[in-house]
Amino acid sequence: MHGIFTLFRKELEDHFSSIRFLLISALIVMVGVIIASMVGMSIQEESKGMAKPTLLFLWLFTSTGKIFSFVQFIGFFGPLIGIFLGFDSINRERVSRTLSKLASQPIYRDSIINAKFLAGVVTIAIVLVGIVLIISGLGIRLIGVVPGSEEVLRLVIYIITSILYISFWLGISILFSVVFRSTATSALASLAIWIFFSFFVGLGAGFMADAVAPISQSGTNVDPNVLIKHEEVQRTVSLFSPMTLYNDATTTILDPTRKTTRGLILMGPLERLSLSRFQSPLPLLQSLIIVAPYLISIVAMTFLCFGVCYLVFMRQEIRTV
Amino acid sequence: MEEQIIIEAEGLTKKYGTQIAVNNLTLQIREGEVFGFLGPNGAGKTTTLLMFLGLTEPTSGKVRVIGFDPTREPLRVKEKVGYLPENVGFYDDMDAQQNLRFIARLNRIPDKISSKKIDELLKQVGLFEEVKKKVGTYSKGMRQRLGIAEVLIKEPKLIFLDEPTIGLDPDGTNRMLDVIHSLSREKNITIFLSSHLLDQVQRICDRVGIMIKGNLVAIGPIQELARKKLGVEKEHYTLEELYMKYFKEA
Repeated sequence: MHGIFTLFRKELEDHFSSIRFLLISALIVMVGVIIASMVGMSIQEESKGMAKPTLLFLWLFTSTGKIFSFVQFIGFFGPLIGIFLGFDSINRERVSRTLSKLASQPIYRDSIINAKFLAGVVTIAIVLVGIVLIISGLGIRLIGVVPGSEEVLRLVIYIITSILYISFWLGISILFSVVFRSTATSALASLAIWIFFSFFVGLGAGFMADAVAPISQSGTNVDPNVLIKHEEVQRTVSLFSPMTLYNDATTTILDPTRKTTRGLILMGPLERLSLSRFQSPLPLLQSLIIVAPYLISIVAMTFLCFGVCYLVFMRQEIRTV
Repeated sequence: MEEQIIIEAEGLTKKYGTQIAVNNLTLQIREGEVFGFLGPNGAGKTTTLLMFLGLTEPTSGKVRVIGFDPTREPLRVKEKVGYLPENVGFYDDMDAQQNLRFIARLNRIPDKISSKKIDELLKQVGLFEEVKKKVGTYSKGMRQRLGIAEVLIKEPKLIFLDEPTIGLDPDGTNRMLDVIHSLSREKNITIFLSSHLLDQVQRICDRVGIMIKGNLVAIGPIQELARKKLGVEKEHYTLEELYMKYFKEA
């Protein structure tokens, strides 16, 4: 335990004093301020003269304003934070030949990798909590609504989910830093995975769906069964991307009026009717039940990724050369 | 006074795939001696050191270092055994003091105690003047001496030095050898030194072992080996002749 704490402290110090971290925080603060002010102002205009709807506060995070919402931003750029923090964690020590020295100190070998992962997660948590607080603070001033307990709870769940999601990417990048000797290779490999999941899985899902259940463009009377199948295949494939999982889960958590994670096309007319009739928000517990499989998948992915990382590291030879 | 055995290896073997790095190594190191472990590059010297430290698992055979099995109880061994790898690395953006403090913390030495010790050690290895410089700016010799300080901070009983003088200039080499010599004399620390720089080994080692292609071909005091192998008395040989003789035979 002692070794882990010392290493953890050093890693945290390294993170906070690095230029990389400075850049990330600058980006985050900038985006936070921009999103808060733009979304805040548009909400202010929209809700002028109206009775303020419940859960207005959460709009700060979900409404897209002019460019993108905060949730979308983290879904897309969050992985980069994880990758930045982890891509050189092990191979940097190898290159500077400090790894064999560390391993010859009286600490358990796994405390090296545990400490690195833990320090990364804590850094991610600090960054995320920071930006959420910035948006909340500015937002409260702009829209003049104070969050209730349920909104705060939803935000907390959102933050925890985001930390896990970004930690998954941290795990991926640490894994590459264990596998590859060169820091440039591990950075590129992590970025490749990120690009693959953010662009190509979506594209691939479309192709798969077209192949399994092709929809003819010309015919006006499309068989609804084919349409449904097409949509189902596309969704199933795209769920392989952690990005889709995360986006679906968090938008549902933060938007209580969403009662399903599915797209509208799969809804029957009655379902659609009930949605438009009963616009009352879902209680928190119900939202949680809807996204439970998503959350569990994200947790599982993160732990799996770290597990693989741990195994690979523990089985590797520590050589000076 | 009875001599204590500090390292005991029996039939120690390490294979990487089909390649045998260390073959059936049996040796005993006594407490307080300076042992020179010789051999050409790639003879398995570093692998042997790593096995003694528990950083690599032996394929077969037994080894006990300061009375513990390094594979089973690595922490017990690492608490009392220092290891200076070849071309030791430091955190270059920290100064000497910070590097040493970090290692001290990993060895569970509280900061209060380590601060004093760090100053003493830096004086001992002649780095006290440079203490505020980042380690990244250090010369090779300074880094190597800082490495010694780092090893000493845990107050080891036994030190493994892997090619401690390689790449040092003559002055740096002399200072390094002096430091090693005084450690053995003044603090009774056992020193296990791997090297292929023979004249230096000859200057400071009590006994040597010669390792070639994974096999330990000779072990004993230099004079004894010379008498056996070359049939000459002291002063009439160099370690180099002896070594080359073994090397050609192997």
